[in-house]
Amino acid sequence: MPEPYSQEDAVAPAGAGGRIELATTDTGTVESPPAPAPPPDGPAAKPRGLWADAWHELRRNPVFVVSALMIVFLVLIAIWPRLITDGNPLTCDLARSQQGSAPGHPFGFDTQGCDVYTRTVYGARASVTVGVCATAGAALLGSLLGGLAGFFGGWTDSLFSRVADVFFGIPIILGGLVFLSVVTSDTVWPVVGFIVLLGWPQISRIARGSVITAKQNDYVQAARALGAGNLRMLLRHVAPNAVAPVIVVAMIALGTYIALEATLSFLGVGLRPPTVSWGIDISNAAPQIRNAPHMLLWPAGALSITVLAFIMLGDAVRDALDPKLR
Amino acid sequence: MATMSPAPAEPDVPLLEVRDLEVEFRTRDGVAKAVDRVSFSVGAGETLAVLGESGSGKSVTAQAVMGILDSPPGFVTGGQVLFRGADLLTAGAEERRRVRGARMAMIFQDALSALNPVLTVGAQLAEMFRVHEGRSRKESRAKAVELMERVRIPAARTRVNDYPHQFSGGMRQRIMIAMALALEPDLIIADEPTTALDVTVQAQVMDLLAELQREYRMGLVLITHDLGVVADVADRIAVMYAGRIMETAPVHDLYKNPAHPYTRGLLDSIPRLDRKGHELYAVKGLPPNLMAIPPGCPFHPRCPRVRDICLADRPEPAPLTGADGRELPGRTSACHFRKDELHA
Repeated sequence: MPEPYSQEDAVAPAGAGGRIELATTDTGTVESPPAPAPPPDGPAAKPRGLWADAWHELRRNPVFVVSALMIVFLVLIAIWPRLITDGNPLTCDLARSQQGSAPGHPFGFDTQGCDVYTRTVYGARASVTVGVCATAGAALLGSLLGGLAGFFGGWTDSLFSRVADVFFGIPIILGGLVFLSVVTSDTVWPVVGFIVLLGWPQISRIARGSVITAKQNDYVQAARALGAGNLRMLLRHVAPNAVAPVIVVAMIALGTYIALEATLSFLGVGLRPPTVSWGIDISNAAPQIRNAPHMLLWPAGALSITVLAFIMLGDAVRDALDPKLR
Repeated sequence: MATMSPAPAEPDVPLLEVRDLEVEFRTRDGVAKAVDRVSFSVGAGETLAVLGESGSGKSVTAQAVMGILDSPPGFVTGGQVLFRGADLLTAGAEERRRVRGARMAMIFQDALSALNPVLTVGAQLAEMFRVHEGRSRKESRAKAVELMERVRIPAARTRVNDYPHQFSGGMRQRIMIAMALALEPDLIIADEPTTALDVTVQAQVMDLLAELQREYRMGLVLITHDLGVVADVADRIAVMYAGRIMETAPVHDLYKNPAHPYTRGLLDSIPRLDRKGHELYAVKGLPPNLMAIPPGCPFHPRCPRVRDICLADRPEPAPLTGADGRELPGRTSACHFRKDELHA
């Protein structure tokens, strides 16, 4: 920013000249007592912090608006499926096995004669629960371990990074088949636990790299020179400046975790009936694809759109948080 | 360490005394001796300028004194850093942390990168009081506003809620100064405090710093490569080259009558109005690679006065004597021909 001399000059008994000069810069709005109304988007608009700036950016990004609306809708029906369906996903009528669309049953029936529309709506609950919980777990564990590794370096880094490498090296499907056939339950928690276990290394690598970058900033050194301890430097100066990439990767990961849950359920080791899940329905529908393609189409479509929505959201947030992409 | 408490210093103990400080950087390519047997001292209310080219070890010396050297790769391998007579290098980590900020503070070169972009300047200033003095949020905030007024930031009361990027370069450097001054330390190390600013602002910031120093009677170590900045504010100068001190002198003596060919070269390379039209003098060659410092005098490959002895024998800083044979106070030079230089 070019620096007009008179701006510094205003430090001396601030005369009118100084004030006028100041009002022309971005610092001006807070300076002059009768503040001129700032133009809505000019450089004189009320300056914002990183997050407010990102939010401002996001609101005008159509990708964000569309994906956010889709996700809001998805979360709503995950919590209150009765908002859009009166049916019960477990009430089935074998007589209507694999029948197509009928009045009141727009998506038709599956092999067991259950209403595909109702099952697709109820399937959102399992997907969203697994996605959100697994992402929260992996992000917390990953950023904690990765952050500590990056901040302290040395043997802490070596230890945590090698442990992460071990988990990173486990093939997901093979690991899932082994782990989930041993740990079984009617709840979503074994699946969530397994995804956290294999998902955290990805987050921890990002967190480690981003903490290493952030801790090299002069202001971390400055905080140290002014007597801040390790904990304060980590929490106040490093973490807030390192968290953006972690959030972005976690959001994109959320979509892939939902797909992973469906994959594991498809293979028969993820969620188990009577839990309603898109993966289970896809698994049941796949052999019947020639007779009754509608059974596969709806749950698979819902899954794809959900994954897409989360990945789009992650992309939009990344664009908003990374000033270099603007 | 009891001597660390703000006890009245004995008159003959300088505020900061660095003795034979040695720092090396151990890298994959080898060991670089960044600071080699550097000694200097600063008294209360005194300004010592440490002058040198990039890579001469000025900043590393400052970091070693502050105890914020990145380790690895940097290691302090010898010497003492005596703060009011107590050696900081042997003090514990917690002890050192308490000294930093409260008793000795540092001002960094580029205030934009030395201030945290996600926190308001008020929060960062207030942090000083919260960390060291355990004051409440509200109290700290009031102190932050007070500090900003002290370094003459206009409309401090509203600007305290602004982020660093909303300030101009000069204003940001004032905030850095305010942070360093917050706890009224005894010593401030300013690492090129004005290099990132343009010339008019430089002078204002330097004046402010000098004035506040007088007001608080702080010792100031001013690290710079700018001879112009030094002349106005410094009491004494230490000239560094390749990690060593080449010459120390009171500022006016050094300008008038340097006693080392390197200092002479630096002074001759200042553009001067009375030498308009002549080609500007430059010290020939480049500073040495710190992994391969030449034997003997490190300056010998660039020295116009070089003799055989300079190639083999390393000159140590030694006191200078005047024409009448008496020792000149505060003057040393690390040149075999210091006498000839002085009387040239």
